[in-house]
Amino acid sequence: MAQLINLEAIYVMWLREMKRFFRAKSRIAGSLAMPFFFLAFLGTGFMNVRFSGMPPGVNYIDFLAPGVIGMILLFASLTAGISVLWDREFGFLKEIMVTPVSRVSIVLGRILGGVSTALIQGILILLISIGMGSKIVGIFGVLSSLVFMVLISAGFVGLGIAIASRMKDIHGFSLIMNFVIMPIFLLSGALFPLEGLPTWLITLAYIDPLTYGVDGLRGCLIGISHFNLLVDFLILLCFCIVMVGIGAYLFEKTEVD
Amino acid sequence: MADAIEINGLTKVFDGLVAVDHVSINIAEGELFGLLGPNGAGKTTLIKMLATLLMPTSGTAKVSGYDVTKDPDKVRRCIGIIFQDPSLDNRLTGKENLDFHARMYGMDRELREKRMDEVLDLVELKDKANILVENYSGGMKRRLEIARGLMHHPEVLFLDEPTLGLDPQTRRHIWEYIRNLNKKEDITIILTTHYIEEADYLCDRVAIIDYGKIVALDAPKNLKDTIGADIVSLEISDSVDKDFVAMLGKFKWIKKMKEHDGFLDLSVKNGETRIPELMNIAQKAGVVVQSVSLRKPTLEDVFLHYVGKTIREEETSVKDQVRERMRRRWHN
Ligand SMILES: Nc1ncnc2c1ncn2[C@@H]1O[C@H](COP(=O)(O)OP(=O)(O)OP(=O)(O)O)[C@@H](O)[C@H]1O
Ligand SMILES: [Mg+2]
Repeated sequence: MAQLINLEAIYVMWLREMKRFFRAKSRIAGSLAMPFFFLAFLGTGFMNVRFSGMPPGVNYIDFLAPGVIGMILLFASLTAGISVLWDREFGFLKEIMVTPVSRVSIVLGRILGGVSTALIQGILILLISIGMGSKIVGIFGVLSSLVFMVLISAGFVGLGIAIASRMKDIHGFSLIMNFVIMPIFLLSGALFPLEGLPTWLITLAYIDPLTYGVDGLRGCLIGISHFNLLVDFLILLCFCIVMVGIGAYLFEKTEVD
Repeated sequence: MADAIEINGLTKVFDGLVAVDHVSINIAEGELFGLLGPNGAGKTTLIKMLATLLMPTSGTAKVSGYDVTKDPDKVRRCIGIIFQDPSLDNRLTGKENLDFHARMYGMDRELREKRMDEVLDLVELKDKANILVENYSGGMKRRLEIARGLMHHPEVLFLDEPTLGLDPQTRRHIWEYIRNLNKKEDITIILTTHYIEEADYLCDRVAIIDYGKIVALDAPKNLKDTIGADIVSLEISDSVDKDFVAMLGKFKWIKKMKEHDGFLDLSVKNGETRIPELMNIAQKAGVVVQSVSLRKPTLEDVFLHYVGKTIREEETSVKDQVRERMRRRWHN
């Protein structure tokens, strides 16, 4: 067990992610820009639009804020997971893989790093949205939303690692951007309520793990959710465990050339 | 002495291309072993299989008694490697790269600091230790990679072209350090190289590998002895004349002949006494000899003998290969 879970290695993998994150200031600004514009322009633009299924008494910006937090968590954590590919491209993956550290610890360190950086971005967007007038139900809501943020991030870092472990180089990256990230984001109910949608869309939304993440965040932050919060939590937890498991399994089997 | 490495019929096939072809070698504990071969011979592939980074297609290999496919974790605990291709994190400083390595290998703080100092000194990067690796020059990056690989003193150390592209002075320093590690710390070392003098100077035994197969394996001295004679090298204007070659072929005292880019190398015992005779023959055949040189056999000649071209011819084609690699990278 001591060898399977190597705390020092997990720490140093995490430390590396943090250093790289804080050194890439322009990248942080870049990744915060899109959610910020969503909040500023979409939030303002649709201020007076009533979507069918929107709970009464809720402004669009209040509704949108948790969705945009879900969006940045999705982008940030998938990118963090897929950074395995960049390590492969720049050769650093060899250095990691040849060390005696168990693959499980390497994956845990990566997930911890990815979750931390995603969480920082999620919290920043939360603060920005509060600054822009989005209402929050209370401090307990904020704290419990952190639980959802962690689960969303960990799950998608795992998915990112799984995808990156199966890819040989970075050429497929834009494919993933367009065929994985965008559908997950758009189907999650981040931008509009799920109520009153056609059945085929609802079905797809129910398959999308981010749906439960966004719904959970909404439940915590504005006190209104489509599912029971416990249901959101349990489904996300399963998603998270399965993804981390698959990510670790596929990473274990990856070859480095 | 026990064997540090036992390789048995090890083979790696990359979609149809046999990169390593039934290689069997035993390397003793404490040996400094060299792999010499032209580009694409399979040296890196062989080392990566031993380092558990690639799965063999068939055959087995044991490092420090552990099977590389069945017990990769245990193998990893015993080895260290300096890669041929870049493997640094450019967004970290030099020191942070070393620190990462040290912690992954579970070195405690005191040892970490001591070794970092030592290896940074060796590669003369102390004053650059705290700047980001992306601001290093190519040679500095290479030196940092070497420093990192030498830090944790494993049982078995793989060095894949460790000094490629370094200036002669730095190369000397690194040779001495490698030799010290091997002799004083009892570390078994397997090194691949393009520098004949590196293999000659450092290695207890050298294997020459070509198209994935071991074509010769022995101590450098014994390999040179297999050539068994001096080399008289005639530089001939234009292309080498077929008739002239046929004519020389009749003389028993010429043991071997090899043509390469305008030169005709003859293996001859007591070469200095045969030169006048050779000049006569050339004159009779109407062949203009531009220069003659005589030398004792080197590993270069051994290489030429087994691989059919000099390693220098190989090196000029390295650039083309790199270019080819880049092309492939950007166009698929
Ligand atoms: N991942 C891979 N996929 C397909 N072919 C590969 C792969 N890696 C290596 N090869 C091929 O295997 C052969 C051996 O390559 P390898 O890198 O082991 O040679 P090498 O002896 O290290 O050469 P060099 O002196 O240039 O470093 C080459 O023909 C190479 O193109
Ligand atoms: Mg190589």
